[in-house]
Amino acid sequence: MTQSMRAILFFGFMAALFIIEGSTNFWIFSGSWNTSLVILNMALVSAVMALGVNLQWGYAGLFNTGIMGFVALGGLAVVVTSLPPVTESWSAGGYRIILGLILGALTIAGTILMRMKLPQGRLRGALTLAILIGGFFLYRAVFDSGVQAVEAIDPSVTGNIGGLGLPVLVAWPVGGLLAAGAAWIIGKTALGLRSDYLAIATLGIAEIIVAILKNEEWLSRGAKNVNGLPRPVPYEVDLQQSAEFVANAASLGLDPVTASTLYVKIGYALLFTAVLVTILVLSQLARHSPWGRMMRAIRDNETAARAMGKNVTRRHLEIFILGSAVCGFAGAMMTTLDGQLTPASYHPLRFTFLIWVMVIVGGSGNNLGSVLGGFLIWWLWVKVEPLGQWLAQVLTYGLPEGHWVAVRITEAAAHMRLFTMGLVLLFVLRFNPRGMLPEN
Amino acid sequence: MDFLNAVVAITNLLIIPATTYGAQLALGALGVTLIYSILRFSNFAHGDTMAFGTVVTIGITTLFQSWGISLGPLPTALFALPFAIAITAVLLVGTDFAIYRFYRKKRAVPIIFVMASLGVMFVMNGLIRFMAGVKDQTFDDGTRFIIKARDFKEWSGLDEALSLRTTQVLTLVVAIAIVAWLFWFLNKTRTGKSMRAFSDNEDLALLSGINPNRVVMVTWVIVAMLATTAGVLYGLDKAYSPYTYFQLLLPTFAAAIVGGLGNPLGAIVGGFVVSFSEVMVTYVWKKVAIYLLPEALEPNGLLQLMSTEYKFAVSFAILVVVLLFKPTGLFKGQSV
Repeated sequence: MTQSMRAILFFGFMAALFIIEGSTNFWIFSGSWNTSLVILNMALVSAVMALGVNLQWGYAGLFNTGIMGFVALGGLAVVVTSLPPVTESWSAGGYRIILGLILGALTIAGTILMRMKLPQGRLRGALTLAILIGGFFLYRAVFDSGVQAVEAIDPSVTGNIGGLGLPVLVAWPVGGLLAAGAAWIIGKTALGLRSDYLAIATLGIAEIIVAILKNEEWLSRGAKNVNGLPRPVPYEVDLQQSAEFVANAASLGLDPVTASTLYVKIGYALLFTAVLVTILVLSQLARHSPWGRMMRAIRDNETAARAMGKNVTRRHLEIFILGSAVCGFAGAMMTTLDGQLTPASYHPLRFTFLIWVMVIVGGSGNNLGSVLGGFLIWWLWVKVEPLGQWLAQVLTYGLPEGHWVAVRITEAAAHMRLFTMGLVLLFVLRFNPRGMLPEN
Repeated sequence: MDFLNAVVAITNLLIIPATTYGAQLALGALGVTLIYSILRFSNFAHGDTMAFGTVVTIGITTLFQSWGISLGPLPTALFALPFAIAITAVLLVGTDFAIYRFYRKKRAVPIIFVMASLGVMFVMNGLIRFMAGVKDQTFDDGTRFIIKARDFKEWSGLDEALSLRTTQVLTLVVAIAIVAWLFWFLNKTRTGKSMRAFSDNEDLALLSGINPNRVVMVTWVIVAMLATTAGVLYGLDKAYSPYTYFQLLLPTFAAAIVGGLGNPLGAIVGGFVVSFSEVMVTYVWKKVAIYLLPEALEPNGLLQLMSTEYKFAVSFAILVVVLLFKPTGLFKGQSV
């Protein structure tokens, strides 16, 4: 079977799954178009993330375990771009916070500059320490007083500085930019060392980014979450009140409430599809450009590529930043879809390693494969729980209600997800390491 | 008097906890480093291996308690530990047979092993959730304190209290015993020597008739021992929950890399470097400053360099500094 036939077959199968989910209430399917669209929207976002990871892993062989961090930065971008600014907070301490951050950045920049100018020696070491320690206390003094002032303002409603008040769609590329910035810092340190080190360094930065979101309440409100983020699509309530919309819905035979929820979700789905297709086409073009061929040459034989005069570390840095930016973009899309930023929900198994399963299962190096992996694995992630419950029912069939074996199995079914994902990853790695749609 | 108070404050909330945590990290990092030097990959499932060992220990402890077995002042978990190590060892050797051996035969690149370890991580994480759920669990019984805060205050007449928990002393004693045994094993026994030979030069080791399967199996058994002990000691000292154990992965890796990946001595030193920096950076120095500084200079802040939530940032910062300036670690590790 040719590659394109396989692709059509698999994507057809995927489409069928979503259609059955929407139309039939049977077995693990809910028969609700609403649920089907909810799964589809997250699947689209996951597919974008998988494309980003595929850029890094499939094209260049870079092992990034910090996807969660880049996704979270995308979420933060939505908050700082699209929320209206809280003027009180800005006048109370917002500028002091910014000044503090600038001081912190200046300290680091100053240290680096000084270390480049001065020759190695005792003086350099002493100066490094002096600048770092002095700068740190100066930064904390300015920064902390600003933070206290901001967080004191109406903490149950705001307590943060808000954002720039721009349209929420602007936040998506901003999310990409934020992620790219973080990726630049990591790439500068960890690329060029052995591959496991990049994995461990990215694992660390992701934890730190999420810790920042959880604790810097002036920025992201921490555990209090940021709710009510602006949306690129209309609100259901507004639609239901529009006479024209109600009339249109009635002509399709739908009641206004169902019609409005479907309308909103289809709106998101169209937006996300547009993004996915754009990124897919761009990656595909990049893959077939001289740059993409060079990347794969580096991946397949780094020494040979170096001998040909290619700057391997620099190319790796480029593609690492690009891939992370795509993940940040997807993260911003996800937060927009949720309408809120919940820092406590970022979990590495869900946002880093699950994306890896998508890329490996779909086919590393193949963009269509990553998209397929994103759809299939996300669908599985959602459906494993009902599947587990169904399995538990079958296994405990005939046992009296409340029998301890039955209780135990039903409890265990709730934890099926991670177990299944691990098995899927191990089986694919072992028996079909090139994935469902192999690289050609 | 003020000086003594300051010393007690530092000992109570900095030196004792950091030493205990350091010993736990060192055991974890030793496991990572052993796998790295013999099997040549970074095992991402290590945090979950520790969790698995701990879950099994908790299960056996509960069983023993229901039979009325107890160790008196010591936690029952200590008696359950050897059994849990045996079960964890069976799991790890089984994992090797089912998964890693295939890639070893194919001589796959290290990154494929790492991928496989991601799969193992998922499966183990699911397994421990099946077995013990996701809630926090404490399984510490026996005497809680060797020195109680109140008793110490009455005895010394100081304002600051000092307390020493049984688990803290236990951690140190067990860790020292295991490390001593490990070094004796690696340096003096035939199997240990063949392991070091295998780690130094695989081809040469094979040439001189060392059986690679045996070396790998012994490694997994030792790793099971180290990981289970580290996990149980951490759980006795704090509490067990699947997520905290998963998060231990980062400081454990940091410790192993800081010391020099593949170097057992480095792993131990790395463990203490990471733990002491973590505790020192998040320590509330005000407690010490109020005793040492004249009243006029008394600070009004907490004098905490970073809030405790950022302790991962400390592991990470150490990691970055080492990667930038000394990629092979403090002690010479295996590779760049």
